Amino acid sequence: MTDHTQDTEKKTVSHTKQMREIMTAYYIDAKTARENNKKVAWITSGGPVEPLIAMDIIPVYPENYGAMIGASKMGVDLCKKAEDMGYSSDLCSYARGDISCATVKGGPIGGLPEPDMLICCNNICGTVLKWYEVQARYFKVPLFIFDTPIVHTEFTREMKTYVQRQMEEYIVFLENVSGRKMDRDRMVDVGKLSVEGQQLWQEVLDTTMNRPSPMTAFDAFFYLALIVTLRGTKQAVDFYRGLRDEMRIRASEGKGAIPRERYRLLWDNLPIWYRLKWLSQEFAKHDACLVADTYTSAWCGSMKYIDRNDFIGSAAETYTRIYLNIGVDKMAEIVLSMIDKYQADGIVMHSNRSCKPYSFGQYDIQKIVERERGIPSLIIEADMCDERSFSEAQIQTRIDAFMEMIRAKKGAS
Amino acid sequence: MNHLEEYRRAVSDPSDYVQQLKKASGKKIIGYTCSYTPEEVIMAAGAHPLRLFGTKQHISLADSHLQSYCCSVVRGILEEGLSRRVDYLDGMVFPHTCDSMQRLSDIWRMNIPFGFHLDITLPVKLDTASAKDYMIDVLKKFRDDLSRKLNVEISDDAVQKAIASTNAIRQSVRAIYDLRNLYPQLMPGEDLYNIVRASMIMDRNRLAVMLAETAADLKERAAGTKPAVVKRILMAGGMCNQPDVYAMIEESGGKIVWDDFCTGARYFTGLTDTGSDPLSSIGERLLNRVVCPAKHTDLDGRARHIIQLAEEKNAQGVIFLLPKFCDPHAFDYPYLKERLEKSGIPLMHVEVDDSLPAEGQLKTRFESFLEML
Repeated sequence: MTDHTQDTEKKTVSHTKQMREIMTAYYIDAKTARENNKKVAWITSGGPVEPLIAMDIIPVYPENYGAMIGASKMGVDLCKKAEDMGYSSDLCSYARGDISCATVKGGPIGGLPEPDMLICCNNICGTVLKWYEVQARYFKVPLFIFDTPIVHTEFTREMKTYVQRQMEEYIVFLENVSGRKMDRDRMVDVGKLSVEGQQLWQEVLDTTMNRPSPMTAFDAFFYLALIVTLRGTKQAVDFYRGLRDEMRIRASEGKGAIPRERYRLLWDNLPIWYRLKWLSQEFAKHDACLVADTYTSAWCGSMKYIDRNDFIGSAAETYTRIYLNIGVDKMAEIVLSMIDKYQADGIVMHSNRSCKPYSFGQYDIQKIVERERGIPSLIIEADMCDERSFSEAQIQTRIDAFMEMIRAKKGAS
Repeated sequence: MNHLEEYRRAVSDPSDYVQQLKKASGKKIIGYTCSYTPEEVIMAAGAHPLRLFGTKQHISLADSHLQSYCCSVVRGILEEGLSRRVDYLDGMVFPHTCDSMQRLSDIWRMNIPFGFHLDITLPVKLDTASAKDYMIDVLKKFRDDLSRKLNVEISDDAVQKAIASTNAIRQSVRAIYDLRNLYPQLMPGEDLYNIVRASMIMDRNRLAVMLAETAADLKERAAGTKPAVVKRILMAGGMCNQPDVYAMIEESGGKIVWDDFCTGARYFTGLTDTGSDPLSSIGERLLNRVVCPAKHTDLDGRARHIIQLAEEKNAQGVIFLLPKFCDPHAFDYPYLKERLEKSGIPLMHVEVDDSLPAEGQLKTRFESFLEML
């Protein structure tokens, strides 16, 4: 957990510790999969993981690993290695980091366990398609592409049929690669656990509606790992229930995540992994708490489309209509509703060189937010893992100017 | 005016050409962004399809909608819309390709007041039965959407006729490419560039006639001559917005004999079947044509295709033009390089933003590459 609070709670620490333990155990499990006769699937962060869980295939997330690379400040070195291999420095830094780790066997935790299969769902971007093609050529393992057409304006009947058919193809693919049939009853249970986990994650995030907020978006970036990697397990459900209860208690006791919360901000786009602490401190200095973000909420944002009793049957819509796979105007609507829900006084947008589908359109969203809600906005030009795109002095100046605007608008008290 | 001059003029000022066409024919003008657009459906609606390539000049308005790390094609197309330089368009269609084009569609829809807006949400993978069915469903939906927007019937017969006309155009451009491949001295590369681009700009009925005449004329001129001995170059990479490259390579002692651009050979490769269901036939062609790196058919198809082209066209080297900030091409380049090197095919690459690297510098690079061949 990001250390931005002086009165670090014992119980919060225990959740941080618990989460670290769960993630460590998960990675040990994944790294020893071969010895335990288990298969490993690499999967994109927005991909349908539930069928893997139901079939005891261990999901591994190169994007989660990308975040680890960024947070451990290994991004620049690994990105440079990929550039030496011929990959342009303009490509996604998660992809560059992961591609170079696969070949140089470097990176945090000694690299990821090799995949037996690759599952690429393009609901988050087109980059993952190219990235997974690279890895499929390198590891020579089967690649399944789960193609979720972008919902610019409408989710059509044609899209639904196409994605739904792929759900069945996906299960057949997993059965073929693993040599086992899927237990459909188990799948139903996993589906229910997934929905429960997503609900609890939303409830965790919703505790930040309290004033002061018991946690920040920086905490959410940390706690996110489980809803991504272990969605559909009881472990994730239990953890988030505990975390939610803890955050609710903190809120009821009036304990805020930062010493003095005067201003509340919304964050847009992926975190800047190598500067989480610095950024949280910069904002805390101005008594500003980042109470919510469009990123971590993406893993529970399409719950309204899920039929909990027919997870597979409703998966087409759930997995296609996620936050990034919709039109910019729809994204703006969600941003506006989050501003209202979390009572944000301003919005901080990370213009992320690595993520074009998330970043192109931000200027339009910024204009819509200013027009519809009249709150100040700040755009930080940076990159999620590649520190070479981060100019600390410039960003600090801009944060100061932005906070000055917010203070002027809201009043200092 | 001879044909080559007519192609040249249309390419140098597409807006002027199309506005005159609109005035003379009363045809609705429908802009599009990518070679996966089913032009035949637009033609069958009685409208004129115009590919936008993006302006390179006076970019000022697009910068307040797109960050600095967006490619020049997307930025240039948006600029044309925002500046109203293309306000004669009656509509704009956006086939799904890459992340940047995807967001261009949204930003266009939210900011451009003139003309209708349509998405064609094509599949990204093209190699499965469900993707094929979806492709055809999407094309049918596009026909229905367009028919509503233009308020016209789009009959199977009309689509069939448009297929015949598009096939004729593609066959002629191919014949021109084939002739020039055999006799590189027949015309400068820049004219070849103009011909294929003009095919996406000019009136298709007129083109069908003109291109056949150009092909016949070249055939006549080639008869009895000997193929010139030149250093034969295959161009590959993203779309080419750089006509100067042809002359530069020619001045350096080479000739571009073929390419793998969507603004080049990928546009005319593969004819559409004239079977019973025209939309299925269009879909089949889109599924089977040489793939854009933003789409998926298999893991090795592009390498095989480029190597095969180099061998077939007897190219001594391959020059990749990689548009800056084009992720799909940038991801493919390292593996293509590795595969070409394994096959013993020399290659070089040039990164292109809105303009080419400084001329002197680039020419030196071309010269030393060609010298090595």
